Amino acid sequence: MEKIKSLDDLKKMKESVKAKIDLREKSDKPEKVVQVKVAMATCGIASGAKEVMTYFIEHLDKRGVPAVITQTGCMGYCYAEPTIEVTKPGEEPVVFGDVSIEKADEIIEKYIKGNELVEGIIPVNYNTIDEK
Amino acid sequence: MKDLSMHILDIIQNSVRANASTIDLNIIEDKDADLFKIIIHDDGDGMDVDTLNKVLDPFFTTRTTRKVGLGLPLLKQNAERTGGYMTINSELGEGTETKAVFSYFNIDRPSLGDMPGTITVLVGANPDIRFNYVHKTEDGEFLFDTEEVKEALDGVPINNAEILMYLRDMIKENLQAINVD
Repeated sequence: MEKIKSLDDLKKMKESVKAKIDLREKSDKPEKVVQVKVAMATCGIASGAKEVMTYFIEHLDKRGVPAVITQTGCMGYCYAEPTIEVTKPGEEPVVFGDVSIEKADEIIEKYIKGNELVEGIIPVNYNTIDEK
Repeated sequence: MKDLSMHILDIIQNSVRANASTIDLNIIEDKDADLFKIIIHDDGDGMDVDTLNKVLDPFFTTRTTRKVGLGLPLLKQNAERTGGYMTINSELGEGTETKAVFSYFNIDRPSLGDMPGTITVLVGANPDIRFNYVHKTEDGEFLFDTEEVKEALDGVPINNAEILMYLRDMIKENLQAINVD
């Protein structure tokens, strides 16, 4: 039986992670940090937002996309949960609804890495007529 | 909600929104007494007496995006369905404690669900909050304190993806060792 992971094992493992992070910062890649916010209110959690968030954490890292993944509260789109908001550097935030694991994969490959807009965008207009 | 870990994630969201800096999660499995207890305590903003009295009403919420707040009422319903109960105590400026007690063996008790994934997501999204997770069964006790984890990490960010995946496995193995489902 394998030894159970403990904090001591974590200490050993962190060195390799630290080396990778330093390497990334020293490389000449421009500061490109994608922000992904996953809606995690009751409706989101019940529809599986947690799995979606874990998927993004794992796969954006595996595919080498520097990103910050956080959670928000209810964005109001309870009928289309799980929902996420993706902000690519220098671009307007885009909200996607009905994000399943397959959809998350599509969003990473096509929208985040490529520049194709993917189906399932919920239009969020920040400017209203009243503001004019 | 499919399982208890989802309720836990939901209630802890409330603590996060209340600007908590430390959140304690205690899960106590007591088969002999037929009890499954979940206690979530935070040191956030707390609530005044009026709000505290309204909080179990499904049509009361502090959110502006919709008119219902189902998290607490659903948890209460699930606890009471097994013959258990839920209490919530709060003091303005001090914090809030939510306690849900279920009958362990009752068929209506939802299964625990994915605790490692839940904790991972919470830590990943809120790296500055201290999470203190204690899980007790008759076979032992597991303590997960992000303060200790950060000490071991010595500067490496706790919300780094590889670290999070490692923590998830670490929690999973330690829970298995004390026979958590």
